[in-house]
Amino acid sequence: MSFAGTRPMAEHVLLRHRDLPGIEQFEVYRKHGGFEALEKAVTSMTPAEVIQLVKASGLRGRGGAGFPTGVKWSFLTPDVFPRYVVVNADESEPGTFKDREILERNPYQLLEGVAICAYAAQAETAYIYCRGEFWDLANELRRHIAVLRQHNLIGERLFGRDVRLDLQVHLGAGAYICGEETALLESLEGKLGQPRLRPPFPAAEGLYGKPTVVNNVETLTNLPPILARGAEWYRSIGTEKSPGPKIFSLSGHVLRPGNYELPLGTTFRELIYREGGGIPGGRAIKAIMPAGASSMILAATDAVLDTPMDYESVAAAGSALGSASVIIMDETVDLAWVAWKTSEFFKHESCGKCTPCREGTYWMLHAAERLVHGRAEDGDVALLENVARGIQGKCLCALGEFSTMPVITAMELFRPDFTARPSVNR
Amino acid sequence: MLRENHAVEIDEILSRYPADRRRSAVMPLLYLAQSEYGYLTRSAIQEVAGLLGLDPTQVGSLIGFYTLFHDEPGGAYRIQVCTDLPCALRGAETFAQDLCANLGVRLGESTPDGMLTVEGVMCLAGCDKAPVLQVQGADGIHYHENQTVESARRLIDVLRGDPADG
Repeated sequence: MSFAGTRPMAEHVLLRHRDLPGIEQFEVYRKHGGFEALEKAVTSMTPAEVIQLVKASGLRGRGGAGFPTGVKWSFLTPDVFPRYVVVNADESEPGTFKDREILERNPYQLLEGVAICAYAAQAETAYIYCRGEFWDLANELRRHIAVLRQHNLIGERLFGRDVRLDLQVHLGAGAYICGEETALLESLEGKLGQPRLRPPFPAAEGLYGKPTVVNNVETLTNLPPILARGAEWYRSIGTEKSPGPKIFSLSGHVLRPGNYELPLGTTFRELIYREGGGIPGGRAIKAIMPAGASSMILAATDAVLDTPMDYESVAAAGSALGSASVIIMDETVDLAWVAWKTSEFFKHESCGKCTPCREGTYWMLHAAERLVHGRAEDGDVALLENVARGIQGKCLCALGEFSTMPVITAMELFRPDFTARPSVNR
Repeated sequence: MLRENHAVEIDEILSRYPADRRRSAVMPLLYLAQSEYGYLTRSAIQEVAGLLGLDPTQVGSLIGFYTLFHDEPGGAYRIQVCTDLPCALRGAETFAQDLCANLGVRLGESTPDGMLTVEGVMCLAGCDKAPVLQVQGADGIHYHENQTVESARRLIDVLRGDPADG
């Protein structure tokens, strides 16, 4: 098999620990240029110039939405203070495990990115919201932050300028919905993690009602190299509309699951076969979920396999890149079972605020469960589809919508997996 | 009592948030109470509410919402196995069943010695190293990846031998 497309990257920009062992220690990170990007920002650039540079780089949010990061920052309400930076480290999408590797193995690059973001946003406090399961990682982060304090890289008068920054780690307690940025802010305020009505967006009224930037771990980890090497260098990686490197979390039926840092625009085929070693046992690939459990499922045709994984191309192929959590399913997988598993997840994680999501995920789960366990009644296939369509477009946040994506696309693409099953009424 | 036994830690937790936003400290304080009492009793909830000037109802509602808070007693260690889609594709459902059979319990049940509760949980962000489990106990939450029934059993024997050694 030949791969005419994108080549692997010569060096890691985000997963730098793979090239530089020990970079999770402060001294090693510092020796390899660590915190020079922050120093450059604080001592030679205005906050507006940093925002301009990040806009010029074309960096897009890596948490799933793909919104341009510099543009998001520029929405901060002018002249209202204090402002906050909140780091979304609530990584909970099934199939996503990239932020965890950054936090574990290259934490100082993230922390430098947080400091750069805070400088650009003119925020003096940043909170890192880690999912509760990252208990050990959160304790490690606190130790790293203490080291930065000793070296005066956070605290008062950074680099001798009138710039200060306080960094705090906040631990969630097991709720996928808190990855949604307004639910995360509610949770950080000590409330139920339920999404807010928008507008106002966090850039106007975020944490404690103040202008707030919420960014994903991977997004912020891009900032030190962008500051150090410039927008033009960054744009030399990836595609014109989706610049830069991306960490693809590859899981499911592949020989070598794991995180792969590749240019945006790498094809599914390159990721699955060149990087991931292909499908175990020489079996055929059946379906791909490009964005975790929330995916619109793709049938693994040749055209899909040759689709570049950038925001535009995956959308044109009928799905979305999201957080690039690529779950692979081989020919043995029953897509009705997949619909059951994803419905189980979303039913568990629905926050209960919107009725269509709270009730709809319950009904999807039970219809799918009857299908999978041979207890289906006539009409359960239609019921599953009707309920899924009934949820769409009626919920405050994306969770309700996400819950329908795998169900509807599985039914459209793999109808026999649902219909060719025994019914108790037949 | 939390205030008597953990005064320094409580002050440190409160210092993370603005003085007029103490409610933000509710989750770290609930973790503290849970590790002190094993689970969140009615009086623990009242204590946390009292520390923050909140109504106990406001605090209590959080416990049902967040899965890592428990208002009922369980084993000294909760063995939480991810059985979500990506892990299930790599055999996690079978692993969970086999582990339960080995321990003589069903998912959600506790062993008769009160040491373990085995639970199925949603994605733990370890999909490439399935089967994955985490152990939640008084000293926090720790990951164990690439598990087999044998490796999980060795881990459990260690936990049972010395509850302080998580």
